[in-house]
Amino acid sequence: MRIAPTFNVAYRALRRNKMRSVLTALGIIIGVGAVIAMVGIGNGAKAQVEAQIASLGENVILIFSGSTTSSGIRTGWGGAGTLKIEDAEAIRREVPGVIGVSEEVVSTTQVAAGNQNWFTRIFGESADYFDIRQWPLADGAPFTAQDVRGANKVCVIGRTTATQIYGNENPIGQILRIKNVPFTITGVLTPKGLSPQGVDQDDIVVMPYTSAMKRVIGGTNLRNINVQIGDPGQIAAAQQQIITLLRQRHNIRPGRDDDFTVRTQQEIAEAATATSRVMTVLLGAIAGVSLVVGGIGIMNIMLVSVTERTREIGVRMAVGAHGTDILTQFLIEAVTLSSVGGVIGIICGIGVSALLSIYAHWPTLISIGSIAIAFLFSAAVGVFFGFYPARKAAALDPIEALRYE
Amino acid sequence: MNNGALVRLIDVHKVYRTGEMEVPAVRGVSLEIKRGEFVALMGASGSGKSTLMNILGCLDRPTSGSYLLDDADVSGLNRDQLADIRNRKIGFVFQNFNLLPRTSARENAELPLVYNTQRLSHAQLRERADRVLAAVGLAGREDHHPSQLSGGQQQRVAIARALINDPEMLLADEPTGNLDSRTSVEIMGIFQHLNKRGITIIMVTHEQEIATYARRNVMMRDGMILDDHAVSQRSDAAAQLQKLGTDVTM
Repeated sequence: MRIAPTFNVAYRALRRNKMRSVLTALGIIIGVGAVIAMVGIGNGAKAQVEAQIASLGENVILIFSGSTTSSGIRTGWGGAGTLKIEDAEAIRREVPGVIGVSEEVVSTTQVAAGNQNWFTRIFGESADYFDIRQWPLADGAPFTAQDVRGANKVCVIGRTTATQIYGNENPIGQILRIKNVPFTITGVLTPKGLSPQGVDQDDIVVMPYTSAMKRVIGGTNLRNINVQIGDPGQIAAAQQQIITLLRQRHNIRPGRDDDFTVRTQQEIAEAATATSRVMTVLLGAIAGVSLVVGGIGIMNIMLVSVTERTREIGVRMAVGAHGTDILTQFLIEAVTLSSVGGVIGIICGIGVSALLSIYAHWPTLISIGSIAIAFLFSAAVGVFFGFYPARKAAALDPIEALRYE
Repeated sequence: MNNGALVRLIDVHKVYRTGEMEVPAVRGVSLEIKRGEFVALMGASGSGKSTLMNILGCLDRPTSGSYLLDDADVSGLNRDQLADIRNRKIGFVFQNFNLLPRTSARENAELPLVYNTQRLSHAQLRERADRVLAAVGLAGREDHHPSQLSGGQQQRVAIARALINDPEMLLADEPTGNLDSRTSVEIMGIFQHLNKRGITIIMVTHEQEIATYARRNVMMRDGMILDDHAVSQRSDAAAQLQKLGTDVTM
């Protein structure tokens, strides 16, 4: 094969028709650019959801109380009140690999301080909660295990709650009245932003679950239990052990349904990212269509080019070009158009993604993998759509080609 | 075996098939052309001279009979082998020049070297192209594109391209068909000069006058050779041009 000079020949041919080459490449530029930008947007959205899921904490197992039916009314998860403080303690004691357990009760209520008041969510938790959710305090100190044991009137608050009630004042050490019970604020949480469901996670008051049960919400049932496992490899085993343990504790006979639900963070994450994954595939597919259209543009131009240059092909064959030389030449022309278009398209796609991030505040994520795939795909488009015209050129009869008008 | 014959056609037939019809274009031609000859192949259109030319140029294969070029039978070679023969042994000059548009005279002349088996450096390519361009009187015009050259100059570029691989023979198909009479004489001058240096030339023409520049005329009719004779009153292009009042550009 005479690759090097054939490259030169193909390059010269493209240069002879600058405008046409640029316009043909433009189809690929737009196609690849669209793929890069669209997949970037999709991946960005997925990454954002994943980050939010990760904010639930790492290696976390969530146990929800089951549903119950009372006078035909079903309460929904957490309504059955089947989870007890003793269940949480049993998990802490008996399930291997557990490094943190937080008993959780949740309510919403009006809170007040001075002349300000605010409707917010009250979370009763154990002292492990901040580790489990990887939610450090921005300021002050969290409540302690001692506070939990004593059901002390202390709490930490989220950024939103702090701003709504205290404005720019420092809330630490201030008294927050919750259902007329005065709680001392010991700390302010770092802002976490919106949850995947769009709830403001910083609009919150977190206090010992004992205090919440005794002084705010009442009752002795837990809505759920958050469990953190030290080693990610033990999560599945721990999940199984928790189920076995709770069935045993709740005296559930074999064959009967659980009166609780156990979810790992992994399962929650998969459900939440499924949507954005579908979106990524959909956006990529739509952009892929424009890439295919660009490829058809290349094929069209190459066919025109073969017809137009029939005499040239005849001359080349007359002076000794083999069919493969002609095939290679036209294939190189097509692949050059598509891969140069691909490179420019990648640059354009990255640029568009960057602009969308900056001006529309859409999260975008461009991976090396998507760039490599886009480039290889554009080159493949050149080979695929260039092959037919190139083969047509190579199959020409030199006598006919020389006589072509 | 080698009696100085460069080309030996032995009972060559060429039949074209168009559907059910069989159209014989060449019907039993035997022809011997020695090294250093300058042959004009003549005949009316439909006489089979173009088909014979295509066979001689290894662009086409005879249906039957054999063709020995330089003592090697080329009548049974495949496409690629024929392409290699064309590249090494034959230089083509066409009626309509067939230069690549928007491509310099130098690059046009270099074209056969691109498909040569021997690898030449860029500088060597350039050097050889410039040498053959100078040999046809185009020194200084190496960078001109065909559109910037006259018809005669374009045909000189084509001749330079035909010569660049030092071929055994030059095949010219109506080389003066698109040129005025004066330029035609100039091109014949180049041919006669090249022939004097030993290059074998086979030229298809239908102009009696042009044929007199050759040494030998072969007349065809109905796919057969009608007449084959040496030119008795040979025209001398150099003398003609002198008569016309200019010196030869070579």
